[in-house]
Amino acid sequence: MSNINILAQRRQKLLALKALRSSPVVPAHKEEACPSCGKLVARRDLSDHHYVCPLCGYHHPVGAYYRLSLVLDKGTFRELEVNLISNDPLQFPDYKDKLDQARRRTGMGEGVVTALGRIGGYLVAVGALDSRFLMGSMSAALGEKVTRLIEYAGKNKLPLILFSASGGARMQEGILSLMQMAKTAAALERFSRKGGFYISVLTHPTTGGVTASFASLGDILLAEPGALIGFAGPRVIEQTIGQKLPEGFQRAEYLLEHGFLDAVVPRDRLRDVLIQLLRLHGKGGDIRG
Amino acid sequence: MANRDLTPAERVALARHPGRPGTADFIAALISDFFEQRGDRFFGDDGSILGGVGLFHGRPVTVIGHRKGKTLEEHMAYNFGMPSPEGYRKAQRLLRQAEKFRRPVITFIDTSGAYPGLEAEARGQGEAIAETLALLSSLTVPVISVVTGEGGSGGALALGVGNRVLMLENAVYSVLSPEGFASILWKDASRSAEACEVMKLTAADLLSMGVIDAVIPEPEGGAHENPHVLYQVLDTTLVRELGALEKQSGAALAAGRYKKFRAMGLNAVRKERT
Repeated sequence: MSNINILAQRRQKLLALKALRSSPVVPAHKEEACPSCGKLVARRDLSDHHYVCPLCGYHHPVGAYYRLSLVLDKGTFRELEVNLISNDPLQFPDYKDKLDQARRRTGMGEGVVTALGRIGGYLVAVGALDSRFLMGSMSAALGEKVTRLIEYAGKNKLPLILFSASGGARMQEGILSLMQMAKTAAALERFSRKGGFYISVLTHPTTGGVTASFASLGDILLAEPGALIGFAGPRVIEQTIGQKLPEGFQRAEYLLEHGFLDAVVPRDRLRDVLIQLLRLHGKGGDIRG
Repeated sequence: MANRDLTPAERVALARHPGRPGTADFIAALISDFFEQRGDRFFGDDGSILGGVGLFHGRPVTVIGHRKGKTLEEHMAYNFGMPSPEGYRKAQRLLRQAEKFRRPVITFIDTSGAYPGLEAEARGQGEAIAETLALLSSLTVPVISVVTGEGGSGGALALGVGNRVLMLENAVYSVLSPEGFASILWKDASRSAEACEVMKLTAADLLSMGVIDAVIPEPEGGAHENPHVLYQVLDTTLVRELGALEKQSGAALAAGRYKKFRAMGLNAVRKERT
């Protein structure tokens, strides 16, 4: 298939997704087994509950557009840097195909959606990573989009909200992926020193270089229930220490207990909590466009 | 074999050579009157990061680097150079003092990565690295980082946000160790030699990508063959680089460092035509 065709298809799908405003990971069966409690749940019930299992409260990972639609005021979503994509800097074997696949499957150009929007009337710069796009891994394009969003928020004195979901570095971009940690952390430090307000929301799973950079640098750190959050992944740790990890290790509730989160917030409460935090931090957040 | 003919995998082996000079050796050779500072003032002291204050050609500098150790006892004591959060928080403490006392910072990078252990996670390895990156990026004193051996992952980068980033000829610097890379990407750690080839982790690769500023030549056969020659070259290089940075104002140093890292990977992205 020619490159042009792929791009045209991608754009069509993108438009369709935007129109629908919902692109959950859950496949379109009528009923499906919850990966947590194992019970059958009607897909309709699941979507009515924002993809949280009505029986056990398991929070399914959701796509970036859907994620943003859950917190933004209706009709206020304006996407930024839609066309910024990765360039295969190392000419890495098979990477171009993997990128094309991910783009076709998700309708996204990269693993993060950045946007301008309103939450409870407050204008915010907001971004969401998408774990369906090569595990939300940090590519140069992802780092660049996040950095541009931070700089946009700084320039326009807007509060910044980022939803993380990432397996860590984008291996196929090697050291350039690693450098995005320094880039995003440096941009956030500048933003913070100028008085910028940043809420980081960690969703399942957030690990590796994203945890060790922008996801951990919020003025407020929130997480969804049960989210896996860490630097090293559980498998690597088990190999290192040669034993099984305790139940609940690296889960949101564990991090809360160990002092690394302000709150664990269920998905259906998230918008209200964000509005409360925006209200409390007023400065910069109440500029009405 | 001449250094220039080495394969990436051979350089990885040299970078890990047990006799390769490390942070403690560089301090002994280049810094006088060194006082080691220990502890993070929260929880403990992590020997895998060695730091303190000393004189470089008569002027006080803060030196921080990974420490692997040379003997088995040292390897154990320093956890093979894999830092825990305490190590990064100690580094933060020293960096704040460097800022306070207007001391230039020299960092030496040599780690396979931050320690992926249970307790390191429980005490916030990710947060510790993130805060170190943010702090280092904002300093208004000169920062020179030298990748001396293995530069592995975020655990290495945490000490690598310098105004100038230099690299020894046979050092390597990568997103992950070649073994970890092969394991994640191909589910097969034994393909690490292949990983070395595709990862672009040599000093020459990184120089061409703009990730580092200069390569410091090593003696034939590697740094351990004739460390005193290397110390001489390193000393001359640091004097020159530091001299150039010290002419800049604090604001210019912070702005320059931001600009440098802000540009990382810009060649790796493009605007899709619409």
